[in-house]
Order: sequence, then C-alpha cells, then structure tokens
Amino acid sequence: MHIPDGYLSPATCATLFAGSTPFWYVSLQKMKRALNTRMIPLISVFAACSFIVMMFNLPLPGGTTGHAVGVGIAAIVLGPWASILALSTALVVQAVFFGDGGITAIGANCFNMAIAGSLAAYGIYRLIAGRAAIQSPRRVVAAAMAGYIAINLSALLAAIEFGIQPMLYRDAGGAPLYAPYPLHIAIPAMMIGHLTIAGLAEMVLSAGAVAYLQRAEPQLLRATAPGAIMAGSDQNGVTTRPLWAALAVLMVLTPLGILAAGSAWGEWAPRDFSDSATRSQIASASSNTPLPAQAPAGLQKLASFWTAPMPRYAPPLLKSAGWGYLLSAITGTGIIILLFLAIGRVTRWRME
Amino acid sequence: MSAFIEKTLRGFSSASEYAASAELLASGGGLLQDVDPRVKVAGLFGLVIVVAAARELRVIGAIFAVALVLAFGSRIPVVKLAGWVWAPVLFFSGLIALPAIFLTPGSSVFAAGGLTITSQGLRSAAFLISRTETASTLSALLVLTTPWPRVLRALRTFRVPVVAVVILGMTYRYIFVILRTALEMFESRKSRTVGVLNPGDRRRLAAASVGVLLSKSLQLSGDVHLAMQSRGFRGEVYLFDDFHTRAADWCWLAGFAALGFTALWWQR
Repeated sequence: MHIPDGYLSPATCATLFAGSTPFWYVSLQKMKRALNTRMIPLISVFAACSFIVMMFNLPLPGGTTGHAVGVGIAAIVLGPWASILALSTALVVQAVFFGDGGITAIGANCFNMAIAGSLAAYGIYRLIAGRAAIQSPRRVVAAAMAGYIAINLSALLAAIEFGIQPMLYRDAGGAPLYAPYPLHIAIPAMMIGHLTIAGLAEMVLSAGAVAYLQRAEPQLLRATAPGAIMAGSDQNGVTTRPLWAALAVLMVLTPLGILAAGSAWGEWAPRDFSDSATRSQIASASSNTPLPAQAPAGLQKLASFWTAPMPRYAPPLLKSAGWGYLLSAITGTGIIILLFLAIGRVTRWRME
Repeated sequence: MSAFIEKTLRGFSSASEYAASAELLASGGGLLQDVDPRVKVAGLFGLVIVVAAARELRVIGAIFAVALVLAFGSRIPVVKLAGWVWAPVLFFSGLIALPAIFLTPGSSVFAAGGLTITSQGLRSAAFLISRTETASTLSALLVLTTPWPRVLRALRTFRVPVVAVVILGMTYRYIFVILRTALEMFESRKSRTVGVLNPGDRRRLAAASVGVLLSKSLQLSGDVHLAMQSRGFRGEVYLFDDFHTRAADWCWLAGFAALGFTALWWQR
C-alpha cells in the first residue's frame, strides 16, 4: 500500500501532492479552530500512535497475519480532519525516516490512505452507525465496514495510479518507465490482496478496537457519534423515531387497500361461493379450477365460530369504507403495541 | 506462544534498533555528516527527483554509483545499508517486477515453456528496481548522516509550515514513547500467557491493545499539552536555527546541482 519511489512518474506525484494540499490546509485550519493550543500535542501523539498501529501484526481468520493502516479506527476516534493530519504525519515520518513509502510518493500515499481513507471511513461509519447507542453492536459493524471499505478504496486509488503509468510513460523502445502493469492487471492484482488479507486486517482492527472502546473507554467514541442514544434508553441501541413515523404513514395509507379489485386468495367467506361474480373471480385466480357448488361444510361451520368486532375492516358504526380502514389500522396497531409493552414490562419485572 | 505477538515484538525491536543505529551514525564523523543539513536536504531530495524523472538506465546507474561513494565516505557500513535498504527493496520490488518481464509486450529475447521474456519487459523491470533502490539509498543517506531534529529544522528553509515541522518533530519523539509502551504491553502479556491462544482470543488481544494504545495516547497528549502550557506555550511556535553555511557547503550544493543537471542533460 505504501507506494515507494520509482513507481509513479514525477507528474503523477506532483498532481497528487497538489490534490492533497487543500485537504491538509482545511484540516489544519479546522483543527486550529477546534483545538487551539491542544492541536500540536494531540496530532503529534496520535500520529505516533498511528505509526505504531501500522506495525501491529494482526492475526486473521485462516491462520495468516496482516498489517493494517488503522485508517478506520483513526477516523472513528479522531474524526476525519484530525485523522487526515495524524495519518499524513505518520506517513511522512515512515517515508523519510524509515524508508517505508517513497519521498516523491508522499503526496500519493497521503492522498490514498490518509485523505481518501479517512473521509471514506468516517462517512461509512456515520452512515451505518446512525444514531445508535455508543455501546450498540451496530457501531462495531459500522467500524468493520468503515475500515474494510476505506482500505479497499485506498488500494483501488493506488491501483489506478499504477495502472495509468504504462499508458502515459514509456521509453523510446516502448518499455514502461514506472509501474509496468496496465489497469486491467494492476487493479485485480492490488484488489485481490486487499479484498482478502489487508481488508480483513483493517476490518478486524477497526471492529475489535471499537468493541474494546465500547467496554473500556466509551467516551473516546463520542466525538464521532453526535446524537448517539445513551445505553439503556433504547433496548436495541437503534433510534425508533423513524419507525414510528413510517408506521403512522402506513396507517394513513391503509384506505388504499380499498382500491384493490377482487378478494384476497384464500380469504373467502361462505357467501362468496353463492355470488356468481365472486365465484368467477375465485376461479380465475385459481387457474380456472372448478369450484364446489356451495361453500365447503367445514368453512361454513367454522366461519360462524367467531364474529369479529370489525368484520372486513368495516366497523359497524362507520359508513365510510376509508375511515373504517383507518380506524381498523389504528385499533390493530394499538393492540399490538399494547401487547408488546405488556410483554416487555412482564419480562423486565421478572428480570428484576 | 502466539506467533503474532513475537512478530509484532520483532517489528518493534527492529524499528528501535534502526533508529538507534541511525542516530549513532548521524552523530559520528564522515563526508556527509559534516555538510549543512539544508544542503543535504536540497541536494539528496533533488537527486531523488532526478532519479524519478530519469528515462535512461545509465543515468540511474550513475546516480546510484555516486550514492555508493557518498555512503562509503560517510562511513555507513555497506552490510547495514544492504540489510536496511537494498534487500527489502529488492525483495518487494523484485516480486512486483518479475511478472513484468513476461507480461510486457515487445520483442522476444528468450522463450521457453510457453513463457516469453521480452526486451521491453526486462527494461521495465530494470527501471523499477534500479529507480527504487537508488531513491531509497539517497533517502537513507540523509537520515543516516543527519540527526532527525536537524533534518526537520532544515525543512523550514524550504517553507514547510512551522506547525508541520513541530508536529513531525514531536511525532518522532513520541513514536519511541508509544513504541516502548506497546513493547511493554506485549511483553507483559507474553509473560502471563501459558499455552497457545485460540485465533479469536488473539484477534481480541490485538484489537484491545490498539484500543489501549489509543486511550493511553489521548491521556499522553493531555499531559503533554499541560506540560507545554506550564512552560508558557500559548500556540505560537518558534524554532531556533543554528545553521551556518560554510564555503564547503556551497561547494557541496554546487556539486549536487551539477550532478543533477548533468544527469538530465545526459539523457537528452
């Protein structure tokens, strides 16, 4: 993932360096405003931490081990802008002092991993985690996906940068001057390793670290979880407000059911068998299978076993079919909600 | 004991050893050690760019030869240079370059068993390996002959923002603080572990270690911030610049520039 010197042309390196500069500038300005004097020690120490995290050998399913970049967990704990600065700093120290990644490729490496990686990881984490509680398992899944997709996006960008080199730069004899493989080889070659081992390493690191922080240091996850519900206020750790809104909309829309022609297959009443129009509807809906002359005896006997208070969603007190549907929806939903509230209360009482 | 802990510990140890050796070499005497760091940053990074722009193998080869002479004159042991730079780069770039010998279309040089080695493929692989080896050697020469704080101060000459220079300097310092913390964490875990951890526990241990490091880092950054404030830090950063350019340094600068321009002219 760390592109060394010699793989990209000076023009590509310069372009990616120029592309990274506005992101560094914006990150620096945002961090200065947000942290003031705390910025320098915070970014420095976290850059050092990111550097060490990149050296971790992570055990992966299948018995192998892999290195992660830590872009997912950095974006989740620090937010995208601080993550861009911390990872960029770590990458610069790696390139200049430890020779991991090229000096001319610093802009490219920072663009791929620190910038695109941090922004993607943060966006995906926020999108999937939503307003879930800090301790919610949904945040672990969100972290896993954020790490996995971010590292694969970085790899894809690196692969594209490699893949365009032979298209643009060749010597007089036709030999590629830099990365030698075209896009159709560079992209699969990079992505196979990252979709499997490297992606898995990033996934394990992001999800595992978030799961650990949920238990040990939940306040470290608060910075990128605005509006997160506190643990215990919601049993599933998921906000239910949109679900209530959706339920209300569906109830209002129930009269649309009147527009449907015919009767629902299998929901026939004994009198449907004596009505010629309904009989032909039943027959055409049943592949023209011949109907018995009258309703089956069992159906006739059991149909009168229970008389519903609102038969066919038409309460006797309402003349309008639409209002009848609406009232039936409200009554039915209300009964279900009350039933589950009662079950919940009993369960809590037994647990206590 | 879990192999991943051993591997991680080995990685930490080798990074510490490299840094210690680099500081030792940089503080010793030698050809490049006596040169003004600003001249070295300009000269060696300039040559890296020339290597990146080179379109002839002989140009890259000539610059590599100059880098070897400089390493020899700076008393950098060739064995260490080979272990730190040449072997890892050759292994990594060699793996990537090898299929290019067969996959690059062009005029056939050798064919056997359904595989054809092309002249263009050979040249392409040679470009990749030689460019990477030469650029890495030049970068290593700078770090192995200049203490890191002086490299950073030299960056100020090239208009690198002072905040970036300070962050890079502090990052370098705290890498070793956190490296020691991580090393101690893993060693203590290793000393408490009997038998073999199952794969799930190994993953949980690694992820929890990252979480602990993040938490400790946040605490450390708070402590460092308070320490800086207690010493009067109010957000402004000043760097002392004690560089003195001598006549010899100007000669070095002229030498680097001449080498770079000659290389570019040679490939026209």
